[in-house]
Amino acid sequence: MNAIPITPLPALETSRRGFLITVAAAGAMMGLAAPTGAAAAEGYEPTIWYRIGRDGTVTVNVIRAEMGQHVGTAIARIVADELEADWSKVKIDHVDSAAKWGLMVTGGSWSVWQSYPLMSQAGAAGRITLIEEGAKLLGVDPKACTARSSTVSGGGKSISYGDIVTRGNMSRAFTAEEIGKLPIKPASERRLIGKASHQLDIPAKVNGTARYGLDAKVPGMVYARPKIPPTRNGSKVVSIDDSAAKAVPGYISSLALDDPSDTVPGWVMVFADSFVAASSACDLVKVNWSAGDTAKTSDADLQKRSAELIADPKAGALVVEDPGVDAAFAAAKSKLERTYTTASALHFQMEPVNALAFEKDGVMEIHTGNQWQSLVLPWLAKALGRPEDKIVLKSYMLGGGFGRRLNGDYAVPAALAAKAVGKPVKMVCTRADDALFDSFRSPSVQVVKMAFGEGGKVTAMDHAAAAGWPTQVMAPFFMPKGANDVAYDPFAISGANHWYSVGAQRVRAVPNDLANRAFRPGWLRSVGPGWTNWAVESFMDEAAQAAGKDPLAFRLALLDAAGRNAGSAPNAVGGAKRQAAVLARLAKKVGWGGALPKNTGLGLATTFGQERDMPTWVACAARVNVDPATGAVKVEKLTLVVDAGTIVSPDGALAQMEGAALWGMSLALFEGTQFSGGQVQDTNLDSYTPLRMADVPDIEVEFVESTEAPVGLGEPATTVVGPAIGNAIFHASGARVRHLPIRSDAVLAALKTKA
Amino acid sequence: MTTTFEINGRKVTLKAPDDSPLLWAIRDEVGLTGTKFGCGIGMCGACTVHLNGEAVRACVTPLSTVAGAKITTIEGLDPKGAHPLQTAWIEAQAPQCGYCQSGQIMQAAALLKATPHPTDAEINDTMNGNLCRCMAYVRIKKAIKLAAAGPQGSKA
Repeated sequence: MNAIPITPLPALETSRRGFLITVAAAGAMMGLAAPTGAAAAEGYEPTIWYRIGRDGTVTVNVIRAEMGQHVGTAIARIVADELEADWSKVKIDHVDSAAKWGLMVTGGSWSVWQSYPLMSQAGAAGRITLIEEGAKLLGVDPKACTARSSTVSGGGKSISYGDIVTRGNMSRAFTAEEIGKLPIKPASERRLIGKASHQLDIPAKVNGTARYGLDAKVPGMVYARPKIPPTRNGSKVVSIDDSAAKAVPGYISSLALDDPSDTVPGWVMVFADSFVAASSACDLVKVNWSAGDTAKTSDADLQKRSAELIADPKAGALVVEDPGVDAAFAAAKSKLERTYTTASALHFQMEPVNALAFEKDGVMEIHTGNQWQSLVLPWLAKALGRPEDKIVLKSYMLGGGFGRRLNGDYAVPAALAAKAVGKPVKMVCTRADDALFDSFRSPSVQVVKMAFGEGGKVTAMDHAAAAGWPTQVMAPFFMPKGANDVAYDPFAISGANHWYSVGAQRVRAVPNDLANRAFRPGWLRSVGPGWTNWAVESFMDEAAQAAGKDPLAFRLALLDAAGRNAGSAPNAVGGAKRQAAVLARLAKKVGWGGALPKNTGLGLATTFGQERDMPTWVACAARVNVDPATGAVKVEKLTLVVDAGTIVSPDGALAQMEGAALWGMSLALFEGTQFSGGQVQDTNLDSYTPLRMADVPDIEVEFVESTEAPVGLGEPATTVVGPAIGNAIFHASGARVRHLPIRSDAVLAALKTKA
Repeated sequence: MTTTFEINGRKVTLKAPDDSPLLWAIRDEVGLTGTKFGCGIGMCGACTVHLNGEAVRACVTPLSTVAGAKITTIEGLDPKGAHPLQTAWIEAQAPQCGYCQSGQIMQAAALLKATPHPTDAEINDTMNGNLCRCMAYVRIKKAIKLAAAGPQGSKA
């Protein structure tokens, strides 16, 4: 996902979902250190973000979901570095939802970027207090004391943090203003950030003890599996026939859910005393539905609608609208127009969605993995008819997030069922249920145009992109407005607003109303940039060819850091110059321009990751072999260079780059499904085929050394690999493909039509 | 309707339909949740356990076929959770979300038992049935090689 706007939308200012409000709330809480009485017995809590126990254990409260990015370790190391804590004494706690945490969302490759200043200052606040109190206990001037490795030393004496917390008067409070002014250490003084370490969550993941939502249980719970209705929206239950299911031992009942929030219209829950029984019975329960009006909608309908909307210049929001675009095209010496499309793509996270719900002490507890607690809580409140403070989401490890669990819709049916039957309900979706219920990545259509003047000079660019808009459907309060005052989904256009200087530029984001109705479009790892860059970076190669220029030189010339592409502090210092630098470095690494074997090609792509507000500069070269007889594409090597500013956790950063790059390759060559008859057609691994071990190419990743602000790393690599492969296929064979996923028959067809 | 088998060295007797998948018996009846549910059709490998020493997909293994058998799950692979593969998995920092890793490790353990020093091609052939959606394949392969190369590799 893209960054939450730094300047929040008006709606956010009064909402606890707002990022700035989070900071403010957190800051206010920092002043509330009150380690007296019972609290003191448990330790010292300089801020809500961590606690130091009397035994010296530092427990960092992590509001981000752990879904493979080892986020708790990264955040704890930021705190511990400024706190000068002994890393061996640091633990992490993934907290449950509560208003005091402010916005709870894990996505957008935001976690480290957003946490860095706040968590650093929180750590510094603790260190200052510990030095003050430690100095008193040592009888030394605090100015003569230093803190290091959970020990305060001065005047030849020292005392541990645990002893200070036990014996000291830990009552120092900081106002939000004071906290916000605390300086962050210079890079040269960092002792944990940027240094090698093992991830704290990994040991439990190799011995079977890590607890995922699926593992949650409570005495007396019944199991439920849903009957998924024929359309995501608008389905109504007419009748239920469970006569055959009654023969299944353990079958209890079937129930049509009454959902005031309209999150899961037409859902029927099948209950039994085990999951096996619920699943078997579910197969036998017959439901007669009246389906929504999209029961016959197909991919072709969706794409036709996108194309129609793009053809209407009044449709959508103008995200970038420079003066003179139309004039530049009218005056152009030559023009290039290309259309790019992408198919639907499933999340297919390994753990099918599930949730355990029950009421305890007047609070509805929901035990499930979730990436955006703050989004689903209002839906649950509406569905259940109870205030948000009477609902809590308990945190678990996520068996894959990838954006699926940003949309916590699966919590709603479990909670409704628990309310209806008055006992704990454990809802588990089968793989096929999960796929049919997925908030998959919408298919898309993009039309990109460029105007050239004298000598092939680029004078204008016009990019229109149409797709289903997840944010419009689920979080409209997150939508900024374009130049024409129309609100748009930033997560369905970011990437098109690139850092190339192309003269007069227009970027138009168009919502596909049919897609928004036919299914629930989802945020999928790398969101907009995961498909807008398929167009931008494929087009840059085509434009270079049209201008008679080398694709590398063409890009570098446009990445001139002029005007709005100059960048700005604190997150985008250097602007397009840094993008040019990663691209130039990459070209050198892969020997761009050198000879290659027959049917082998190199392709380049470069992006700014997720969002102009927090650019992660990344470039990829794919080396592929194309079999001219079959059109089969084999990726031999992916080389990536990335500049993500300060790297908090080097090995974790590398793991994210490796995984995200392979995600890009999988989406480009191995995934993709068709929407047909109101549903996705591929619901399990027999026909939906993500990349496997034997498909993995050589991967080489280089990080640019930097002390700039740390930005995101979970997604950027996903955005460059697809177009790099497409460009490499062209280089290898002359076949230009413009649709994702790339299938061998499309390559063959392109080979036949090439000039 | 009653099946007796040994799991991680412990004898258990379960009452369940004969066609009930072993996976859910392990998770919900025996209470060992390290073995995961992914696809239900034997194609992701998250539910991989050992049946008399062979790697099988528990989600498509009917309970009736395990009567009298010895089952090993991730919890029973090593008494201290320090099987050479588990140690190598930590050394290589292999897991991301971790959900598939029990199955990956159990599959790899069966591989190394049969082929203590597998080639890249042998690793690919065997591990290709285990999907890692985080695509941590580079490190999974590295961990298998570490375990195979280590002093304890040949005992794995």
